[in-house]
Amino acid sequence: MIDQLINHLVWPIVYILCITIPLILAVAMFVYWERKVIGWMHVRMGPNKIGPFGLLQAFADVVKLLIKEVILPTTANRFLYYLAPLLTLVPALAAWAVVPFSSKMVLSNANAGVLYLLAMTSLGVYGIILAGWASNSRYALLGAMRSAAQVISYELAMGLCLVCVLVLAGSLNLTDIVNAQAGHKGLLDWFWLPLLPVFVIYFISGVAETNRAPFDVAEGESEIVAGFHVEYSGSAFAIFFLAEYANMILVSFLAAVLFMGGWLSPFQGIEKISWLAWAAWAAVPGFWWLLIKAFLFSFLFLWFRASFPRYRYDQIMRLGWKVFIPIAIVWVLVAGCLKYFGWVTIGTGV
Amino acid sequence: MSRITHYFKSLLLIELFRGMALTIRYMFKPKYTVRYPMEHIPKSNRFRGLHALRRYANGEERCIACKLCEAVCPALAITIDSAPRESDGQRRTTRYDIDLFKCIFCGFCEESCPVDSIVETSIHEYHFEHRGENVVNKLQLLAIGDRFEKQIAADRTQDAAYR
Repeated sequence: MIDQLINHLVWPIVYILCITIPLILAVAMFVYWERKVIGWMHVRMGPNKIGPFGLLQAFADVVKLLIKEVILPTTANRFLYYLAPLLTLVPALAAWAVVPFSSKMVLSNANAGVLYLLAMTSLGVYGIILAGWASNSRYALLGAMRSAAQVISYELAMGLCLVCVLVLAGSLNLTDIVNAQAGHKGLLDWFWLPLLPVFVIYFISGVAETNRAPFDVAEGESEIVAGFHVEYSGSAFAIFFLAEYANMILVSFLAAVLFMGGWLSPFQGIEKISWLAWAAWAAVPGFWWLLIKAFLFSFLFLWFRASFPRYRYDQIMRLGWKVFIPIAIVWVLVAGCLKYFGWVTIGTGV
Repeated sequence: MSRITHYFKSLLLIELFRGMALTIRYMFKPKYTVRYPMEHIPKSNRFRGLHALRRYANGEERCIACKLCEAVCPALAITIDSAPRESDGQRRTTRYDIDLFKCIFCGFCEESCPVDSIVETSIHEYHFEHRGENVVNKLQLLAIGDRFEKQIAADRTQDAAYR
């Protein structure tokens, strides 16, 4: 009885904490890193006062947000108003259950991992719609509608990109998908090469789906103040913030897992070419490769934000429906051909 | 033909990559930020900051209560009362108040002054902690003048050729 309790309750909770606490810390550092990078690209310095190099800035902000009052607008629907931030955060954290950090490190090695991921990332939009509707404010409602339409449109393009990966890997299990990218040609074995257009579409859709610049019309500071979370303050706002950044990190990890070989080394299978590459492959555990890849992808998010002006709403819709979805559909066929005629090698193993 | 090249250009994201190349170049450039309390940028000798009343070298205050500054002040920030001085009967101010909240730091008072008494120094880092402290009186203005006379005189000599 006690054994069962420990096996089914205590250990899962420990594992969950092992993922979520580093994740939340990563979000804090990511916010700091974002402000730093965008500052540098604006030829500014970014936060540099709190702690060495401003490293504690994010924690100071968290404390500030937590001690602020959570204001409930008089016309808001109390229950839904408080439910919305949780509905955004929970899927953003739950999605991490199936992300494989290395060949053994995964909380739930689910067979339908990709399906679960799609479900979780789509669930987040309910939180956004509820937040906009429950706060009973025009700006919030406008932001929520924009966000909902945008997330749903880009979900399609993203789903088609995932289909391409599934066709090549032949599995919905994320660990199997990474293993299918193992080979003897190093990083040329990964799926980004045969699926290059789809890879680009996936990442841009990921940016759009997390409502980040240049697709951040849902927040649109200059048009609708802050969009769906305009009425939220204090810790409720902090939860939206946390969910948004957790989603960004998730999309970065998924791009690494689905297209960039997850925990695989870029020198896999080509140890004999150079001693240096062999040393790099042998010395670094897979987990770090995944972290490095995810870090590079999350840097792209910040780079985009510093580089591009916001898209107009109809341009976003046009891009999603008239450009990304057709290209992705065509590439599903291409991926099918690649697989059927054996033009790509799948999972030759290391 | 141009349409085809346009398609190629937009599908290959050439312009986007160009923009990103620009921002990444700027990321490594030296930053323009001045870390203000620790670093200062050079200030012009014509800077118009906090006011001061000056004295002659022998310690006599310059102001002769002509009230030209009060008359010229566009913001009506200066209030002057005058009376003959008890010791020698010279015309002097008994009250010289400047409301720093009204003052727009235009420098007209300094330009109008026939004896170079009222000046705007280059001090710009000052604050008030209580209501009413924004009105500085004659004693305070003279004290500021005494304390920063060296700097005020240096600034004025540097600019003398253009006045």
